[in-house]
Amino acid sequence: MLKLNGVSVKYGSYTAIQKVNIEVNEGEIVVLLGSNGAGKSTTFRTISGLNKPFEGEIHFEKTSIKGRSPDRIVQSGIVQCAEGRKLFSEMTVHENLRMGAYVHRRKKDEIKQSLATVYDLFPILKDKRNNSAGSLSGGQQQMLAIGRALMSKPRLMLLDEPSVGLAPLIVEQMFDVIQQINKDGTTILLAEQNANAALRIATKGYVFENGSIVLEGTSDELFANDEVRKAYIGA
Amino acid sequence: MAAIFKQRNIITGLVLLSLVFPFITQNEYYLHIMTLSFIWMIGVYGLNLLAGYTGYLSLAHAGFFAIGAYSLGILTVKAQLNFWLAFILACLITSFLGFLIGLIALRTKEHFFAIYTLCVGYIIYLVIDKWESLTEGVRGLIGIPAPSNIGPISFQTALSQYYLVLVILLLVILIVYRIVHSLTGRTYIAIRNSEDLAQTIGISTMKNKLTVFVLSTFFAGLAGALYASFVRFIGPDIGSTAITFDLLTYLLVGGLGTLSGPIIGTILIVWVSQQLQFLQDYRMLIFGPVLTLLIIFYPRGIVGAFTGWKHKYEDKRSKNKDIPNDSLVKSKKQVKEG
Repeated sequence: MLKLNGVSVKYGSYTAIQKVNIEVNEGEIVVLLGSNGAGKSTTFRTISGLNKPFEGEIHFEKTSIKGRSPDRIVQSGIVQCAEGRKLFSEMTVHENLRMGAYVHRRKKDEIKQSLATVYDLFPILKDKRNNSAGSLSGGQQQMLAIGRALMSKPRLMLLDEPSVGLAPLIVEQMFDVIQQINKDGTTILLAEQNANAALRIATKGYVFENGSIVLEGTSDELFANDEVRKAYIGA
Repeated sequence: MAAIFKQRNIITGLVLLSLVFPFITQNEYYLHIMTLSFIWMIGVYGLNLLAGYTGYLSLAHAGFFAIGAYSLGILTVKAQLNFWLAFILACLITSFLGFLIGLIALRTKEHFFAIYTLCVGYIIYLVIDKWESLTEGVRGLIGIPAPSNIGPISFQTALSQYYLVLVILLLVILIVYRIVHSLTGRTYIAIRNSEDLAQTIGISTMKNKLTVFVLSTFFAGLAGALYASFVRFIGPDIGSTAITFDLLTYLLVGGLGTLSGPIIGTILIVWVSQQLQFLQDYRMLIFGPVLTLLIIFYPRGIVGAFTGWKHKYEDKRSKNKDIPNDSLVKSKKQVKEG
């Protein structure tokens, strides 16, 4: 479904990611592991068109999306849910969700339907739909960020560290929801530092270090790998 | 519901007040000042859409104001065009130039955008000042006609011009209100919030920024054209950066990114500076510090400060309802204040 072939990205003269190859098949949950600054977010920003690759190819459903503008990439079915629960904090929960459906803004019925789906998935958002997004708790904000991404009806969703800064119980719920979204038919590419939780729901994973992929394999393989266990699982 | 009625009442009251204002005061000079304030407000609303709602601080707006004014002046005085045709053309010319400048200017962001537009504004001023064959340079354009009759309505008297400008201002406010409360308005706010984020949910930021820039210059041009037909004489000074900063001051005092800010800021500053006329240029000694303090403590201006207080008050009231226990509320308040 998504294929990155030898993608490198530079910030000025600094190479943020180098010759990255990633393949995501339809229906999978693929996880990118790595510490801060390893290049996960840059990879995401490149897929969603915010950064332009310096070399390499990006294909989505067999067509090249390299150099396409971010809004057209969202239209073609890839949506990014940015790290740090970035919301439009002055807008209400409802307005945030409506903004998420921006690419479908003319299809009123479809928006209503997706809105119902999101509220089904996160009932708490329905209760708080008239509250400003800034007033929500951390977990609720993350739910809203994911909900807003869902509103664009993506076929591939990029989730950048959804568990960061959340209580363990909430993290567990979050991963349940991610699994649910995946079962409902959205392919997921997930960046995480919480390897334990992420590998449990993922089909396969890639390990980033200093801007390149040093290891890849199915989640069982990565779970069994000693270095991964030492670095990311802590056991 | 009560709040809506209250707000609606205030708006109706203000509109009525502005309608009967000429009959309250028989002073022609006050009428002149009010008409001029309304014209400035239109320009400030344009600036507000761009700087307040979209987060792009343009310092070229006096330039666009001047383009609107000079377009009308040149088209009526030199080309002898019908007034209303010239009026519409003036707005369109300004928007078109705004489009061209926006194409380039919007490639920059934040401070760089402000600096770039500041330069653009100054260049517009220089062009007007030096292109004597077209604009008459420092001599200025004299004898711009007042608005010509629309059917039986004539605009020769100060009173009729007051109403003309008022009607156009109300239309502008209505348009801005509709924009701000629509998805388009929220799109602009989203861009102000974070351009990257806006892009990742599928907003074409360049297209939206360009639209709002053109719209904003349209309002500036509209205000300029009205100014030219009202004052009947224009010089290159109306394109100077001082005018940009006047507009910006009105907006900042009233409230950046608020709907009523442009009205309140403009009225307040215009009247206060009228009252302080005896101080001449020393007025700025008062305005400077007051403005600085306002920006530090109330970055969203008077309207922003007011809505802040209102929210606080409402929060307190709803909390009181939830917890009837008086002492608990008091202790909570103390925690908040401490």
